[in-house]
Amino acid sequence: MTEATEMNAKIRTNTRAAKVDIKIDGEGNLKNLNQASSTIYDKKVRVLDRFLQGLIYLAASISILILVGIMGYVFVRGISQINWQFLSTVQSARKGTFGILGNIVNTVYIVVVTLLVVTPIGIGSAIYLNEYAKPGKIVNMIVSTTEILSGIPSIIFGLFGMVFFGNVLKLGYSVLTGSFTLMLMVLPLITRNTQEALKTVPDSYRQGALGMGASKWHMIRTILLPSAMPGILTGVILSVGRIVGESAALLFTAGSGFQLPRSLFSKLFESSGTLTIQLYLSMQKAKYDQAFGIALVLLVLVLGINLLTHWITKRFGTERVQ
Amino acid sequence: MHETDNSILLSKKKIPVVEKAAEYIFTACGLLAVLAVFSITFYMIWSGTPALFKVGILDILFGTVWKPTGDPASFGILYVILTSIIGTGMAILIGVPIGILTAVFLAETAPPKLANAVRPAVELLAGIPSVIYGLLGILILNPLMYKLELKIFAGSTTHQFTGGANLISAVLVLALMILPTVINISESALRAVPKQLKSASLALGATHIQTIFQVILPAAKSGIMTAIVLGCGRAIGEAMAITLVSGSSVNFPLPFASVRFLTTAIVAEMSYSQGLHREVLFTIGLVLFAFIMLIQIGLTRLFKRGAMEND
Repeated sequence: MTEATEMNAKIRTNTRAAKVDIKIDGEGNLKNLNQASSTIYDKKVRVLDRFLQGLIYLAASISILILVGIMGYVFVRGISQINWQFLSTVQSARKGTFGILGNIVNTVYIVVVTLLVVTPIGIGSAIYLNEYAKPGKIVNMIVSTTEILSGIPSIIFGLFGMVFFGNVLKLGYSVLTGSFTLMLMVLPLITRNTQEALKTVPDSYRQGALGMGASKWHMIRTILLPSAMPGILTGVILSVGRIVGESAALLFTAGSGFQLPRSLFSKLFESSGTLTIQLYLSMQKAKYDQAFGIALVLLVLVLGINLLTHWITKRFGTERVQ
Repeated sequence: MHETDNSILLSKKKIPVVEKAAEYIFTACGLLAVLAVFSITFYMIWSGTPALFKVGILDILFGTVWKPTGDPASFGILYVILTSIIGTGMAILIGVPIGILTAVFLAETAPPKLANAVRPAVELLAGIPSVIYGLLGILILNPLMYKLELKIFAGSTTHQFTGGANLISAVLVLALMILPTVINISESALRAVPKQLKSASLALGATHIQTIFQVILPAAKSGIMTAIVLGCGRAIGEAMAITLVSGSSVNFPLPFASVRFLTTAIVAEMSYSQGLHREVLFTIGLVLFAFIMLIQIGLTRLFKRGAMEND
């Protein structure tokens, strides 16, 4: 014990001394040579350093343990729910069975319709910003509104979608209402990732193409877009992830229907609950087993999407903008 | 390939139609974001203000009684607003230190291999749907909180037992949900700190930890502030994860009280609300929107300051 306190006292005096006494003299040498050498060779341990280091490791392990805990818990609780009936049927009150096929189909519908609408617009917007626009008020406005759009919480999108697409455009609870709402939400993702990709295309490509007599549109179509494809793809996949996990924006727009579509296009105008909405509804009814089954399916999807973006960014060396 | 027969001068004549069309279409695409933000703002105000005047601005914003279906109905949302502010503040207090330290771990102290394993994990944390956080909150946090509640308020006659669905549960879920945002943005801010600063500090004899806390973190200040403000935005706007975790009654935000946030008030009642009640819910949406816009203004300021510092 006494040894330790002695050591601490020594450390304290050492460090205090180190702060004040080390000075460089006229010839550029350290005045207090023995002090300096003691901190380099003896590796005195500062107590505060140890404490802060401990805090850093503690914080990091909290973050990691939580993730592992979540994955593990959902997996353990959910795996017993997953069976063929769960995945391949629609819930039926008459038979008393539960299945999520309808919700899976709805999720696919909303993902596909949203992306069909938003991808061209997002790419177009990025092309405008990167290739056509001259710096000025309009560009600033587009950039800052895109920024704002990505900061608006999904519940606000939900309210807006309900009022505008649902009531004003009279689409009601439907895939279209949901998709149009989500379109606004994921637009910044596509725009920014495409823009990032366009920025990495060397200017010499542009000059080369234009110099050889290609028109601007021809140059964009045949040179820029193919080069920017991995970045665009990253944006699209990130958007899929966002849409699959979205719930607040869909609750009041796409509704909570769980039936299979009767025909390909009729579904667009019907109320359609995605997996997350069904999970929320099951949770609300305190049917936690169903909820964990869906949660597991969602986690697997999210994990898959994550791995895919990683593979693409690694394979093509693209930047990703969240 | 008859196109090659055309001279440059000739081809110029027929290009403009397609070219012009392409330019107009791209411009329109770019302007859609502007249009979207303006129409969202317009519709939030349009659907949120009528109730303000019907009920009375002061009655609605500073009223403390929320009885939307009572007779006479009362629409005071002061406690709801306070819950959102205090809940977000507490979530920031818990989440930000953990997030920043984890970012320090990833950017500075972790061995590269470990950092490369942890970073995807953090990204995954960001990708988990919010309803799953809610589900886990209900099944893990709430029972824990209930036990705690039973212990703390064992002899109390005034406390309303909530079964664990209280402010603390919601705050913990929110703190967890802002972690990925804080970690990612702080980490890139830390990495953007010029290497010379670090080298200079180490060369002067400071230890690695001293360098981190006295040189690198202060240098990354504006980036970290951005992370915190973004975290605020995420926390105040989160709805589905805390709807069922936070309880369902409007109360003053005490740690163990069942509370309602701006977001959860909308989610919980929108489906059955009618008439004036529905309009008030839109007013709540408008209040939330106002908060988000304040946060955005703060963000733009930060970006400007960050850009100035980098110059």
